[in-house]
Amino acid sequence: MAIKKVVETGFWERIYLPEVIRGLALTAGHFFRNMAVHIAHLFGFAKDKKGAATYQFPEERRPLAPRLRTLHRLTRRQDGSPRCVACMMCETVCPARCIYIIAGEHPNPQIEKYPVSFSIDIGLCIFCGYCVEACPEDAIRMDTGIIEISSYTREGMFYDLKKLLDLSPIPASSIPATARLEDLRDEREALAKRGRSTG
Amino acid sequence: MNYIIDFLIVGFVFSAVMGLMYILLWMERKQSAVMQDRIGANRATFFGLPTLAGLWHNIADGLKLLVKEDFIPPSGNRFLHTISPMIALFFALISFAVIPFGGVYDLFGYPVSFQILNLNVGILYVFAVMSMGIYGFVLGGWASANNYALLGGIRASGQMISYEITMGATIIGILMVYGTLDLQEINLAQGRLLGGWLPLWGVILQPLGFILFFTAAMAETKRVPFDIPEGESEIVGYFMEYSGMKFAMFWQTDFIETILAAALVTTLFFGGWQVPYLMADGFHFPWGAVWTLPTIAVMILQVGAFLIKVFFFCFLLMLIRWTLPRFRWDQLMRLGWTIMLPLSVLNILVTGLVLVFLEG
Repeated sequence: MAIKKVVETGFWERIYLPEVIRGLALTAGHFFRNMAVHIAHLFGFAKDKKGAATYQFPEERRPLAPRLRTLHRLTRRQDGSPRCVACMMCETVCPARCIYIIAGEHPNPQIEKYPVSFSIDIGLCIFCGYCVEACPEDAIRMDTGIIEISSYTREGMFYDLKKLLDLSPIPASSIPATARLEDLRDEREALAKRGRSTG
Repeated sequence: MNYIIDFLIVGFVFSAVMGLMYILLWMERKQSAVMQDRIGANRATFFGLPTLAGLWHNIADGLKLLVKEDFIPPSGNRFLHTISPMIALFFALISFAVIPFGGVYDLFGYPVSFQILNLNVGILYVFAVMSMGIYGFVLGGWASANNYALLGGIRASGQMISYEITMGATIIGILMVYGTLDLQEINLAQGRLLGGWLPLWGVILQPLGFILFFTAAMAETKRVPFDIPEGESEIVGYFMEYSGMKFAMFWQTDFIETILAAALVTTLFFGGWQVPYLMADGFHFPWGAVWTLPTIAVMILQVGAFLIKVFFFCFLLMLIRWTLPRFRWDQLMRLGWTIMLPLSVLNILVTGLVLVFLEG
């Protein structure tokens, strides 16, 4: 079944020229507005306005959502040993099967087990966060804020126990969780407003 | 001494065109970025020097293109494949020989003319040379032994020939009004004032002619919205099998043709190097005030005015290029043959009637 879509075009739209001028006025308006902001930035004015919707990534980062799942880390007990009890919950629940745990007997009978080796193949990980939810000991978290994970070798994507323990959470003091949420909301509203005005 | 002056003027025109092309390569990136709320290329540096808002990217591009493999299709025609970008670039560059970048000035007893070649059929020369440029694109497409490239070349020839007719027909209005084919004479005529205050620029005498000529000139540059020979989403175009500096030569040709279109529009319709009320000895304002200037200041003002006008039209062409979508082939042909050509003939007719009425 063919869908016939009738587009109503008046005389002024069909002769094309006024519409061309309207389009040029729109793009030129964007150009001169953004150019004015860039020039003002050059002289140190109007720092609160943005001349571009883009972020200059390595220097300038978008605020991360507080609940974003980023690179895993293993938490420690007060004495510095891993909190993990090698219960194999995460390894079992992992849909990508990228967690490999070898359990050993812990000297403390209250703890029973500890991971002799705990490694995650980040190259296989799908960042579903099931491991964090399955963990009964709060031993694994995904709050490092590290999102650019890359390596030249497959081995480099293999994070072992020591590497995972040494990672630290994203400093909450640098970007407070509430403020980060507000930033995101403001940004979303600004984008929506811009989309309406130009659409 | 005259040879030295000629040499300097040729150097000036060549460096002005090539320098403007370099700036346009940069503007293409940055202007489109700013128009689309982006930043644009800004990373390349040279030994840790400031990035200069991305100006180094052109040099990085040039270096990359220079060291790239120069690929010639095994079944293609080696000689024509090599020579066709040269043909395209050569004919685009020599069109500037008759464009007056300024008037004739008497500097330290020597006449300095900012026009390399003072032909009395300058405008015909430009059209002839621009038509020759088509061979570069067609041969480039044909010698690549690639059907898509050939299709691009055929489209380029079809489009450029169609729009050259409109361009030529539009020019007739200007020729009738100013009564000469000499571009320098046309420029001089545009310095006259109507009623003592309105400069007799071509756009005032030929408003319809300006719109038609501007559109046709845009089509001649083969850039969006008239980039059907290229059409990177359908066929890659006549330069499909080109790489390295040969590809860059086709690329430069597009930009130089943009400058040529801007220069022609400026020369024919926007007074060329004329600044309103600026005579050979200074400003003569319509309210009677006179501000005398030395010849060298007049020269700098007029040549600067020409370059600024050309730059403005390059900006406008770039703005159009980044605003409008590409025409379809049938839309392009319909626009050229059934709208623009009849309108340009109508323009000739109306101009002729008005001239007969005024003189008769």
